[in-house]
Amino acid sequence: MTLASREQMTAKAPIRRWSMAAEPWLYLSPALVCIVTVLLVPLIIGISYSFWKFSAFKSQFAGLDQYRAMASDTVLHDALVNTLWWTVGSLFFQFFLGLGLALLLNRPFYGRRTVQALVFLPWAVPTFLTGLTWSWLFNPLIGPLPHIFYALGIQSEPVTILASPQTAMWGPIIANIWFGIPFFAITLLAARKSIPSEIYEAASIDGASAWQQFTKVTMPFLAPTIAITVMLRTVWIATFADLIYVMTQGGPAGSTNTIATYIYVSAFKALDKGYASAIAMLLLVLLIIYALLVIQMRRSLLKDA
Amino acid sequence: MVGQSRVQRALSKIGFYAAIGAYVLFAIFPIYWTVKISVTPTRLLYTEGIKLWPSAMTMENYSAVLSATDFPRYFLNSLIVSISTSLIVTAIASLAGYALSRFQFRGKAVVSLLLLLTQTFPLVMVIPPIFRIMGSIGLTDNLYGLIVIYTAFNIAFATFLMQSFFDGIPKELEEAAMIDGCTRSTALRRIVLPLTLPGMGATISFVFTAAWSELLFALMLINSESQKTFSVGLLTFIGKFAVDWGQMMAASVMALIPVCIFFAFLQRYLVTGLTAGAVKG
Repeated sequence: MTLASREQMTAKAPIRRWSMAAEPWLYLSPALVCIVTVLLVPLIIGISYSFWKFSAFKSQFAGLDQYRAMASDTVLHDALVNTLWWTVGSLFFQFFLGLGLALLLNRPFYGRRTVQALVFLPWAVPTFLTGLTWSWLFNPLIGPLPHIFYALGIQSEPVTILASPQTAMWGPIIANIWFGIPFFAITLLAARKSIPSEIYEAASIDGASAWQQFTKVTMPFLAPTIAITVMLRTVWIATFADLIYVMTQGGPAGSTNTIATYIYVSAFKALDKGYASAIAMLLLVLLIIYALLVIQMRRSLLKDA
Repeated sequence: MVGQSRVQRALSKIGFYAAIGAYVLFAIFPIYWTVKISVTPTRLLYTEGIKLWPSAMTMENYSAVLSATDFPRYFLNSLIVSISTSLIVTAIASLAGYALSRFQFRGKAVVSLLLLLTQTFPLVMVIPPIFRIMGSIGLTDNLYGLIVIYTAFNIAFATFLMQSFFDGIPKELEEAAMIDGCTRSTALRRIVLPLTLPGMGATISFVFTAAWSELLFALMLINSESQKTFSVGLLTFIGKFAVDWGQMMAASVMALIPVCIFFAFLQRYLVTGLTAGAVKG
């Protein structure tokens, strides 16, 4: 190698190292630019709104007034309880029914492809249509469900469950379960398929029963996927206002009013975006704490595995 | 003993198919019901509304929706928004997913965490500021504004999907090509991209469905009739003609058709694609 070319190489080296380091950022930049300008900047502006009081003619700085108002807001208190109930109720059934479906679909059987396409279909149904379809099914004029419930003795007369504060929340929850099962089924089926079959062969040679294989092999392997999917779903459900908005609009008598629908109503019906932002801030903080806890849990799971 | 275990096996088989049947029934029944009401003649609706199948069928509702309403326009708008969003998101997310899958660099953990946390943002919190910003640059009440917002909201999850698809492709394939004298970009184009096509298909279908479904942003940002997407159109339709069940369901069925076709083709890739790298890493 001549001296000249060696010199050339050393001169190039820093540029090269710099461009190597910059390469991943180059690929990431469109995504980051988009997220920062369309999500982060509005989010920060949104947070600043929560310290203001807006009205039609003037807006004034309100400090922590909006947050103080939250403490004595009984509607908000009920909405918190409803949010918990809505999230846990939907998530519980979505998860276990989705896990069951994933395990069923993992076994080979005749017509599995068709069955898979059919059972995953609800995921493709637009949420507003999910909401509409289920409220029609609960409608005694054109839907069968009230009559079925009546025949089974669950209801004393065939009326829609959406009209009674005691039962209304079940409407959106059932619709949400229907819509959400495929998400868990798809992700858990994918994770289940990536477990090497040798592990099951070894387990059955060692005399492990089906139940033992499930608890000792399947579940530990699925755990990281479960952690991340449950986390994402929890957050999505908790902030998900469409279904409830379409089916009950938070009623009757506020019985299906969750934080997400309450923010929506405060911001766009009551036009109080300062207060709406303060409530959204509460939800955001709760969700971020929850997300960080799950991420931490998942890390320790991965370390053990 | 042998007889008993055969009985047991038969029973467990029956249980298996019963469970599968129950899932299929639960998934299909609401869709079936919507289709059924949409082809029921109005005069039979209240007498036979809760029968499994009406004694007569009609296509009137469909022709009424197609000729007398703006649904074809809404349909086209939704198609424009959903196709553009899914293509843009998949392109951006492929790049980002590739970076997260193939490079080790400082700040990678922060980027992943940032992407994950965007999922916790309550939509409703960013709507008022977005409304103001979009208003000042003239993006309210048109489809471009919707495309921009849907793109931003779908990037994070799409990036995770694409990252897992890239993780499923052995690094050795690219490295071998690069040793043979390919540049990274040639290796990417010739080797990695063809292998990720199913993954991209899955991502496109995922984003398409999400964009097709979105309601609240569209409701906030769109006012004029000519810019309405299907979800907004259907909801206003219900406000106006609250009693015409048949037409409403006919419109709903038409809203379902494109997503269902799309999804039926691509759901296979969603599972195989995810299996490759899985959300596990």
